[in-house]
Amino acid sequence: MSAENTTSKETKNPAVDGSQLITFDNVTKRFGSNVVLDNLCFDVASGKHVTLIGPSGSGKTTILRLLMTLVKPEEGTIKVAGEYLTHEERNGKLVPASERHSREVRKNIGMVFQQFNLFPNMKVLRNITEAPVHVLGLAKDEAEQRARELLELVGLTEHIDKYPSQLSGGQQQRVAIARALAMRPQVLLLDEVTSALDPELVAGVLDVLRDIAHTTDITMLCVTHEMNFARDISDDVLMFDAGRVIESGAPEKIFSDPEHERTREFLSAVL
Amino acid sequence: MTWDWNAVSEFLPRLWDGVLLTLQALVLGSLIAFALGLVWALAQRSSLKAVSWPVTAVTEFIRNTPLLVQLFFLYFVMPEWGITLTALAAGVVGLGLHYSTYTAEVYRAGIDGVPAGQWEACTALSLPRSRTWSAVILPQAIRRVVPALGNYIIAMLKDSPMIAIIGALEMLGQARQFSAETFQPTEPITVIGVVFILIAYPASLLMRALERRLVR
Repeated sequence: MSAENTTSKETKNPAVDGSQLITFDNVTKRFGSNVVLDNLCFDVASGKHVTLIGPSGSGKTTILRLLMTLVKPEEGTIKVAGEYLTHEERNGKLVPASERHSREVRKNIGMVFQQFNLFPNMKVLRNITEAPVHVLGLAKDEAEQRARELLELVGLTEHIDKYPSQLSGGQQQRVAIARALAMRPQVLLLDEVTSALDPELVAGVLDVLRDIAHTTDITMLCVTHEMNFARDISDDVLMFDAGRVIESGAPEKIFSDPEHERTREFLSAVL
Repeated sequence: MTWDWNAVSEFLPRLWDGVLLTLQALVLGSLIAFALGLVWALAQRSSLKAVSWPVTAVTEFIRNTPLLVQLFFLYFVMPEWGITLTALAAGVVGLGLHYSTYTAEVYRAGIDGVPAGQWEACTALSLPRSRTWSAVILPQAIRRVVPALGNYIIAMLKDSPMIAIIGALEMLGQARQFSAETFQPTEPITVIGVVFILIAYPASLLMRALERRLVR
């Protein structure tokens, strides 16, 4: 129990090259009097796939939302690709980041949501090209070419001219994955991406993500209740409880021989 | 009291002038109301208190005072400050300004109705604010509120006779003038009532059809 907050730092030896892509340094997040994340420290090395598990309300999703600057931390700092995310340095001092600064740092990060959040007023193709054209400044042709390649990757080439409402949940989520990848992010955040899907559609989405995990060098930060998927793709698993990492390690270790009683309880409930 | 078809046919040419003026006031008034309403709605959401607060105060003031008083103000008081408007111009500005405070509320509801996930997706894609509004939020918000905006056009149609009181000869103005000259109020007033129904009822059917199509 004594080293709870630093567990992940100590066990992070696999990061041999030392290039930490994401660093949480003593991050505390409260909603009112409710402490969601409690002095959290952890980091993720470039190219690693990290899965966050734990009971609901343990702060996993909040980590992704902090990285997306959808919520702001009360204390502590977050670094992405060497840059402060929620702060910026001005005259040698750390001050809260301007929206402009946050947006620049955030360009390294893509996110796929539980509820897909595709733009219902745009067809599939434009859902994917909108940001590359208007954020990265890609020419329309180039963005559409990239969108076609991504749609092929997620197996939806024939749906390019449909509106999201004409697709199944699983298809929408695959479009959302393509949309996130179109920005060529270094980090992909996956927030319970299969939780809103009918059971028979889950496998298709997970297959696409497995494919991406195994064939690209993108860093993944994944909140999921799909333990088999987590075991397949993860380099590291972090077990959360009450806003703290109580245990972390390789999936084989966590899933078959967890040290912490709380982890054992949680896994026996979900597996 | 007898119904005089001759009076009806004598009234027709003026009725036509009145219909044209009513429609003119309606179209121009609607354009002002739709454009200005959107400006109010966006300004009220501004994080700058110096913008949102005065706009809220002004729109609340306009919404909670009678249209007729505003029309009198525009037509009779503004000239004191050197701004003289024709009756039609004052009428159009009055209707447009008054109704813009209602359409602002409609837009606000439409914008609030866009799910939080849409904003989050825009953030996740780093879309700039202007693009977030113009490509994602407003198209969805406006689609939702088109029927409600249409209902305000119909409400404005029914308020349009008020501009007769400052002398714009729309339908009611023409009918009043005709009856004053001929001492036959029954026919012209009845006829314009029928014409109002002939415009308003199909329009409201159209709005209902639009609502079924647009609001899912």
